[in-house]
Amino acid sequence: MTQVKLDKFCLVAAVAALLALIFPLAGVDGDTGKQVAFVGDIPGLAIAMALCVIAGAAFTWIGVRTIFHAGILLAVVIFGGWQAVDALYEYGVAGYAGLGFWLFIISLWAFVWRAIDVIANYHSLETVKQQSANILVPVAFGVWLLFVWEVVVSGFGVPQVLLPPPSMIGERFVSSMDTMAADFYQTFVKAALSGYVMGCGSAFLVAIAVDRVPFLKRGLLPLGNMVSALPIIGVAPIMVMWFGFDWQSKAAVIVIMTFFPMLVNTVTGLNAAGKLEKDLMATYASGYWSTLFRLRLPAAMPFVFNALKINSTLALIGAIVAEFFGTPIVGMGFRISTEVGRMNIDMVWAEIALAALAGTAFYGAVAYVERKATSWHPSFRVRRH
Amino acid sequence: MTLKQVVDNVAEMPASKKAVVDVKDLSLTFQTTDGPVYALSEVNLTIEEGDFVSFIGPSGCGKTTLLRVIADLEKATGGEISINGVSPEDARQARAYGYVFQAPALLPWRSIESNVTLPLEIMDLSKEERIKRAHDALKLVELNGFEKKFPWQLSGGMQQRASIARALSFDADLLLMDEPFGALDEIVRDHLNEQLLKLWARTNKTVAFVTHSIPEAVYLSSKIVVMSPRPGRIIDVIETKFPKDRTLDIRETPEFLEIAHRVREGLRAGHSNDE
Ligand SMILES: Nc1ncnc2c1ncn2[C@@H]1O[C@H](COP(=O)(O)OP(=O)(O)OP(=O)(O)O)[C@@H](O)[C@H]1O
Ligand SMILES: [Mg+2]
Repeated sequence: MTQVKLDKFCLVAAVAALLALIFPLAGVDGDTGKQVAFVGDIPGLAIAMALCVIAGAAFTWIGVRTIFHAGILLAVVIFGGWQAVDALYEYGVAGYAGLGFWLFIISLWAFVWRAIDVIANYHSLETVKQQSANILVPVAFGVWLLFVWEVVVSGFGVPQVLLPPPSMIGERFVSSMDTMAADFYQTFVKAALSGYVMGCGSAFLVAIAVDRVPFLKRGLLPLGNMVSALPIIGVAPIMVMWFGFDWQSKAAVIVIMTFFPMLVNTVTGLNAAGKLEKDLMATYASGYWSTLFRLRLPAAMPFVFNALKINSTLALIGAIVAEFFGTPIVGMGFRISTEVGRMNIDMVWAEIALAALAGTAFYGAVAYVERKATSWHPSFRVRRH
Repeated sequence: MTLKQVVDNVAEMPASKKAVVDVKDLSLTFQTTDGPVYALSEVNLTIEEGDFVSFIGPSGCGKTTLLRVIADLEKATGGEISINGVSPEDARQARAYGYVFQAPALLPWRSIESNVTLPLEIMDLSKEERIKRAHDALKLVELNGFEKKFPWQLSGGMQQRASIARALSFDADLLLMDEPFGALDEIVRDHLNEQLLKLWARTNKTVAFVTHSIPEAVYLSSKIVVMSPRPGRIIDVIETKFPKDRTLDIRETPEFLEIAHRVREGLRAGHSNDE
């Protein structure tokens, strides 16, 4: 007899989907004493479960071997997810989800896991295909997490004050676009960006100056650590007193937060050029500035970008937190602190989502520039052959 | 030219040749935590204009150190050294050196071409001139077609050739080459040896060349300096009388074998010293 290697994830998915058809879909309504919904009444959901059983059984035997197989699994999951959400909101399962429902979600989970695993291990010499696979993995994973959040919160009927489902946050996000745009402009564009540019820019220039003074070079690191340990909560009110309520005080907080990471990294980077390369420049009788621009600054770039990336997250956090200590009536931090007080938790979450999006985009932009500017660096060469 | 040097020239030089490198009683001691390392001791050497001097000797005998002292990358702790009649520092400022290091030392963010044009950029040459010279130098080391590649896309030997092209590109009078062909296969090595000889015959450059290969040393040189370690010193200086336009065929001549033998004997003596 030949030993057949079974695909365990698909097996789990098939069994879970089969059990989902048997166990009750929803719990009992306290008032009427009847079950809220049956699988038999929801044809779409029944079809989705049956599909999961079939696909699960089939792939248990043949295995998920190609990207095409993974695509089929993802398609099944998308259809199943859609039906699950439909059951929750159109057939009243929300708040009453039973064992059958959760078994179905587990079945989908197993499929997603297996499919993402296969896509993540996909290798192609064609850049377009490889890049689409590289993008698909985090996107699929992110969408799946949102889906789980949605069904868990509404399936168990979690109170919205504790945690609203993503759909509600999304709705609030879209309907409050005007407010959010104003908040974004105030906090991100005015405060965070200007503070970031001033903090990083000045630290960069100071680093080049400090580099020429040996004792400063050695004394800086401990000082830098001390300043980074300064609690932003203590600094922010003082900056508000110095620079007023508007974005200037927030920018000042960010300058303080971002200055030393940039300074310390740049100073370190300026000494990263190898001895041999410095000797080479010396044999050409290259002057201080020539060596700085042709050798030491390029060699420092990986360090500089490291600081730019760290600071991109620090800047947004700094701007939001600083707004808790006095601000005009606009801004992301201001909105969060006031809407929490009014129990408008969905608005708070919408602002958090905005902050996450802005922060990710900012970081991504810096990382992208880094990739272009320091593509020579060993850490970026891997996928370029 | 200083007056002293003119007098020296008249007094000491047999022909009208001028001394490019003049080293007297040169010593260099590195102070390390494990005590002093006598890298060079009492080194006396004159390299004349148009000389091709090979340095050969066991690892750690101070060949690199001597080259570095000549190039003003290391300061001697004793003795005197002058380059073209001036201090190494002044000669460096006058861009007298084309140094090929033991490792390629290419800048990873520059393409091969712009690595070769680096010294030309520092010396403020025009853009067309830079590109033209880089092209010529790369052709000489057979790297044409690789201009736009980056160092990490080239093999170790190709990188070393690029670094040779870089040293040739700016036409320094004194070429200092530290085992430039160490990483290359025999055929490429032969070819580059021939190219280097041609260049030397054509331009009257002065070359100081470190190698571990006896045939290479004998084939290329007008003067072979045999060194010995602990303390690093010169134990033999052998003049060869081959013409500048020699070919690979001379390697079969008895004269060649005789010189090779003498170098080998010198190396043996140096080695047995430290047992
Ligand atoms: N910066 C330094 N500090 C301390 N010791 C050094 C330094 N540079 C070289 N030395 C020592 O000086 C001696 C001569 O070194 P050098 O690099 O000149 O040898 P070499 O003849 O070039 O050897 P190889 O053939 O292996 O390149 C060695 O003993 C080495 O350990
Ligand atoms: Mg050496």
